[in-house]
Amino acid sequence: MTHRPPPKGEKPRWLDRTENVSKVVWILVAICAALFVADAFYHKHAHYAVEEWFGFYGIYGFVVCVGLVLGAKWLRTILMRPEDYYDDDE
Amino acid sequence: MMSSVVSPGLVLMLGAAAVPFLRGPVRIAYMLLLPVLGLAYLWSVDAGVYGQMAFLGYTLETVRIDALSRVFGTIFFMAAFLSVLYALQDDDPVQQVSALVYSGSAIGAVFAGDLITLFVFWEITAISSVFLIWARGTDRAYRAGMRYLIIQVGSGVILLAGAILHVADTGSLAFDHLGVVSPGTTLIFIAFGIKCAFPLLHNWLQDAYPEATVGGTVWLSAFTTKLAVYSLARGYAGTEMLIWIGATMTAFPIFYAVIENDLRRVLAYSLNNQLGFMVCGIGIGTEMAINGSVAHAFSHILYKALLFMSMGAVLFRAGTIKGSELGGLYKSMPWTAGFCIVGAASISAFPLFSGFISKALIITAAAEEGYVITWLVLLFASAGVFHHSGIKIPFFAFFAHDSGIRVREAPWNMLLAMGITAFLCIAIGVYPKPLYDILPFPVDFAPYTTAHVITQLQLLMFSALAFTWLQLTGLYPPELRSTNLDFDVTYRKGLPALVSAFVAAFAPLDRGFRRSAVALVRHAIAGVFRHHGPEGVLARTIHAGNMVMWVVVLLAVYLVLYFLV
Repeated sequence: MTHRPPPKGEKPRWLDRTENVSKVVWILVAICAALFVADAFYHKHAHYAVEEWFGFYGIYGFVVCVGLVLGAKWLRTILMRPEDYYDDDE
Repeated sequence: MMSSVVSPGLVLMLGAAAVPFLRGPVRIAYMLLLPVLGLAYLWSVDAGVYGQMAFLGYTLETVRIDALSRVFGTIFFMAAFLSVLYALQDDDPVQQVSALVYSGSAIGAVFAGDLITLFVFWEITAISSVFLIWARGTDRAYRAGMRYLIIQVGSGVILLAGAILHVADTGSLAFDHLGVVSPGTTLIFIAFGIKCAFPLLHNWLQDAYPEATVGGTVWLSAFTTKLAVYSLARGYAGTEMLIWIGATMTAFPIFYAVIENDLRRVLAYSLNNQLGFMVCGIGIGTEMAINGSVAHAFSHILYKALLFMSMGAVLFRAGTIKGSELGGLYKSMPWTAGFCIVGAASISAFPLFSGFISKALIITAAAEEGYVITWLVLLFASAGVFHHSGIKIPFFAFFAHDSGIRVREAPWNMLLAMGITAFLCIAIGVYPKPLYDILPFPVDFAPYTTAHVITQLQLLMFSALAFTWLQLTGLYPPELRSTNLDFDVTYRKGLPALVSAFVAAFAPLDRGFRRSAVALVRHAIAGVFRHHGPEGVLARTIHAGNMVMWVVVLLAVYLVLYFLV
C-alpha cells in the first residue's frame, strides 16, 4: 500500500468520522430489514415455488455474495502471481 | 446497379479522412458533428435493402436497414459521439482517425446484408481498433495489442472460411438466420464467439482493453463485443447452446473481478459478465428474450462507457488505476464519483436506472421458458455484478481508505461526456418507452411492478449487506498488486513453454539425425573421390594405343567365335 496521510490543514469530511460510517451501516441494515418484512405485504408473480419463500431474494443475494467473495478469495491461492509475472519472458 | 443509399458507417469512415487536415476547435466540432450526421442519415432512410453489388456471380447487399440493425446503429452512433467528446484532450490524429474508422466499420458491419460485406467490415474493426491500444505507448500495450490483433484478425479469417463453406453448401451469401447446422455455419459461430468473448475465447478482452489509452478503452468497450452480440442475434437466435454459454459467461468472470486489482480490468471482466446476459437471451430466442438482449446491449453500451469514462478520468488525473493505490478520491473528484455511482447503479440494475428495464426482460424470459438453473445463475450473476462493479469500483476508487492522493477534477469535456451518459442511463431507466419502441419485436412488459421492484431491491441491498459484513469482519480479500492467471496463460506462458520443451526434446534427436546425414554425405563424397578423383580407377587417362590393342583383341575373339560356330 502506498497510501499517504491526507494533506495537513484539510478539513475532515463527514465520512471521515467512524461514527458516521457506522450510521451508514445501520441505515443499510434498516433498509434490508424493511425490505425483508415487505415480503409480507405484496403478491409475487412467482414462476417457481422457491420464489414464494419468505425473503427468498434477500437471502439468496446475501448467500451467493458471501460465497462469491470467499470463493474468489480461495481462487487467489491458485491463481495469484506477482504483478510482473508476464513482463520478462514474452 | 447501385442505389443512392450508402452504408451509414461510411459517414464516420470517410469523414475520418479529413480529420488530420483540421486544427483546434474546427476539428473538435467536425468530429462531434460526424456521428450526429450519421445518426440523422440512418433515421432518414426507410427500412430496406440497398447498395446491391455484383461480386463473383453473387449479389452483395451492402446495406440492410431493419429494426434490429437500426437499434444497434443508433446506439453505436450515440456511443461514437460520447466517446469523441470524452477523448477530446487526446489531441492525437492517429487515435482520432482510427477511432472513427473503427466505429464506422462496426456500424457498417451491423448494416451488412451478406457475409462478405460483414467480413470486410469485421476485419476493418480489428485493424483500426488496435491503434487505440498501441497509442498508450507502453511496451505492455504494444504486446497486448499484438495479441489482440492476432486474435481479432483470426476471428475474421474463420468467418471468411465459414462463409466460403456456407456458400458452397447453400449457394447463398445472405446474412440471415444461420443456426449451427453445418461446418460452415459452425465456423461462423466460432468467429462470432471469439469476438463475443465466449468462455475460453474471452481473454483478449481482459488482456487488451485495460492497456488502451484513457479514451481508447471507452471506444473499445462500445463496439467490438456488441457487434458480435448483434451478429449472434441475427444469425443464431434460439440456438440452445448459447443459453449455457451465456450463463457460464455471466458467472465465471465475476470471481476474477472480485480479486482483480486494476479497476479497468475489473470492468473488462464485468463487461464479459454483461455479455453473458445478452448471449443467454439470444439463446432463449423468444421475442421477449431477443428484445431483452437488444435492450440490454443498448443500455449496457451507455453504462459500461460511463464506468470506463470515470475510471479513465481517475487514471488520467491520479496516474494509476490500481485499487491498492487508490481511495478517498471523492474528495477531489466529486463529480466523477457521482457519475461513476450512476454507472454502477445502472449496471447493477437498480430500479430507475437503465440496467433494470433491460436485464429484467432476459431474466423474466429465462423464468418463463422454464430454464430454472439458468435463472438461478443469472440471479447469482446479478447479485455478483452489483458486488464487483456496483460496489467495488466506486468503493475502492473514491472511498475506502483515503490514499492521500489529491488531484484536480476531470477536465470539462470528460465531465460533460459523463454527464450526458449518466443522464441517458437515468432517462432510460425512468422512461423506457422510447427504447422499447425501437426494439425488433413489440414489447408487452411492465418492468415497474411492486414484486419486481421489491425483489430486485432485496437482491441488491442484501448483496450490499454481504459486502459490508465481509469488509467489517476483514474477510473481504484486500486489493493486492498481482496478476491472476486466466486462460491467456495457455498462450502467454504455456505455448512458449511447450515450444521450448519441444525444442529441448527434439534438439538431440535432430542433432543426431543431421550428424548421420552429414556423415553419409561425406562417405558418398569420399567414395566418388576414390573412383573419380585424381588417383581413381575411373579417372585415369588411357593411351590411344591401349584402345587399339583392346579393339584388336575384341576382333580376334569375334573371329575365333565366328569360325567355331
